Amino acid sequence: MALPQDRITLPVAVLGQLMPMYLWVGPTGGLCAAGPTMVKLIGRGDPVGLPFADHFDLRRARRVRGDSAQSVRDLVGQRLQLTLRRDPATTLRGIAVPVGADGAEGIFLNMSFGVGLADAVRKHHLTDADFAPSDLAMELLYLQEAKTAVMGEWQGLNERLQAARRAAEAQAMTDALTGLANRRAFDFGLQAAIDQVARGSPGFALAHLDLDHFKAVNDTLGHAAGDRVLATVAQVLHEEMRRGDLVARIGGDEFALILRGPIEPDQLLALGARIIAGLEERCRVNGEPSGVSASLGVVMSQSYAQPDPQRMLADADAALYASKHQGRSRCTVVTPKVGHCAPINDTAPCKTTQIASDAATGCTLPVVPAAPASSSAV
Amino acid sequence: MHGLINRSIQIFLCETYGGTLWADVASAAGLGPDGFEAMLHYDDDVTDVVLASASGRLGKPRAALLEDFGAFLVTQEPLRRLLRFGGVDYADFLLSLDELQGRGLMALPDLDLPALGLNVHAGGRFTLTVQGDLPGWGAIATGLLRAMADDYGALATIEPMAPKNGTELLSIELHDARFAVGRRFDLAQPVVGAE
Repeated sequence: MALPQDRITLPVAVLGQLMPMYLWVGPTGGLCAAGPTMVKLIGRGDPVGLPFADHFDLRRARRVRGDSAQSVRDLVGQRLQLTLRRDPATTLRGIAVPVGADGAEGIFLNMSFGVGLADAVRKHHLTDADFAPSDLAMELLYLQEAKTAVMGEWQGLNERLQAARRAAEAQAMTDALTGLANRRAFDFGLQAAIDQVARGSPGFALAHLDLDHFKAVNDTLGHAAGDRVLATVAQVLHEEMRRGDLVARIGGDEFALILRGPIEPDQLLALGARIIAGLEERCRVNGEPSGVSASLGVVMSQSYAQPDPQRMLADADAALYASKHQGRSRCTVVTPKVGHCAPINDTAPCKTTQIASDAATGCTLPVVPAAPASSSAV
Repeated sequence: MHGLINRSIQIFLCETYGGTLWADVASAAGLGPDGFEAMLHYDDDVTDVVLASASGRLGKPRAALLEDFGAFLVTQEPLRRLLRFGGVDYADFLLSLDELQGRGLMALPDLDLPALGLNVHAGGRFTLTVQGDLPGWGAIATGLLRAMADDYGALATIEPMAPKNGTELLSIELHDARFAVGRRFDLAQPVVGAE
């Protein structure tokens, strides 16, 4: 018996095995049959006779006019996107072909889920039996879960690397003994403070501090005692700092402070006095005063038309050595020339103000020598 | 060896035998206390040292340790789910093993899983060839396939056979694909935080 070459006849149940999401819409727009998964999605039991338009919305089709039988036939040959009326988030896509001569017996649609597959599976309680074995739905679900797991691992790695980087950065910026900023962090901080002045910030003061009589402690009592003194100094300095200030250990017994402005010379002197008094009081060895004190030199950014880190450091250093030469345990503040606050040219530092500390009594004696108006005199 | 596999071995050793054993093994392999990073690659020698060291410390042959590792993998829910996507029942799952390496590569293009090849014989008998970089993938597959049989509720015997030309071989006998009620597997991934 010769079989017709151009057609296949299959029972609808077999069609359902091949295409669990098919729909046969009759010429008047009523459902004639549907695949088992489609029946599940419609959720109304036997689908025969249900109006197509009551259960599906056309999301994308080039030609459509209302929901008449004519328009259903118009869908033939097109890629379609449908949504379920009872669950508009579930999107189906597929193609429609005519049934019978020129669609006389309606249209046949074969649909599948798009990227919303995982949600649809969850909402409609679908199982692997709801998909044709040739459908890549399982692979898509597998990939989605595998991707989530892999992304989770990457995210974990990134977080651990980020934490390690932060720790390494903090370590690279910290003085291990005292926990203060180190020289590198100080250089960054000074440049940042100068950059902020250029952007209109109210200026800052730079203090350079060198311990007095520290070598004696180190030499006679050992490095461990010296280290404890340094830690105490760090503590005293840290307590004097405000938010936004920076305190750094920049050498063996050398420290530097960046004090954000606005800040007045007498405030700087008072700060110097508190630091000196605090150090002398608290740097003790075996409960006895260690004799350690400090000399400070302070410069202010307002003294410079264009502050430069090297220049400011050199001037603060010169002011520090002025304190040393005057007998140590004192603070020298180089103030901008009165009436010439800014801008001033490179011969700026002009007037020094000093306080000295009497180590024996711990009281501070303001000393205000009228220093000549040049840096070399400081 | 991919870090994901190394990291899995680490978690297996930690969870089964405790952090102290892992610390000893890690130190023998020159790893830091945090061990392996799942998304980095490691020299195969490191994996070998980890396995040799754990096997020595536990007094357990390497193959037995790897079989336990294979079974342990199935206790990891995300991995169990990925494996269950392989088939609707155990027989279907066995037939999907040919694709396992490819599925791994779909998830992670540099994942070095072994190549598996399933030969089907009459009467529910199969042989599986296992070809991987790490000697012992056959033992891992043995443990994993036994655990997956339980997961599907199938009754099967899986035994290693003598390797042929460097290829590891397993014999699988499927007695009853629906011997018991398997563990539940919903296609929909459980929602995190929902009960």
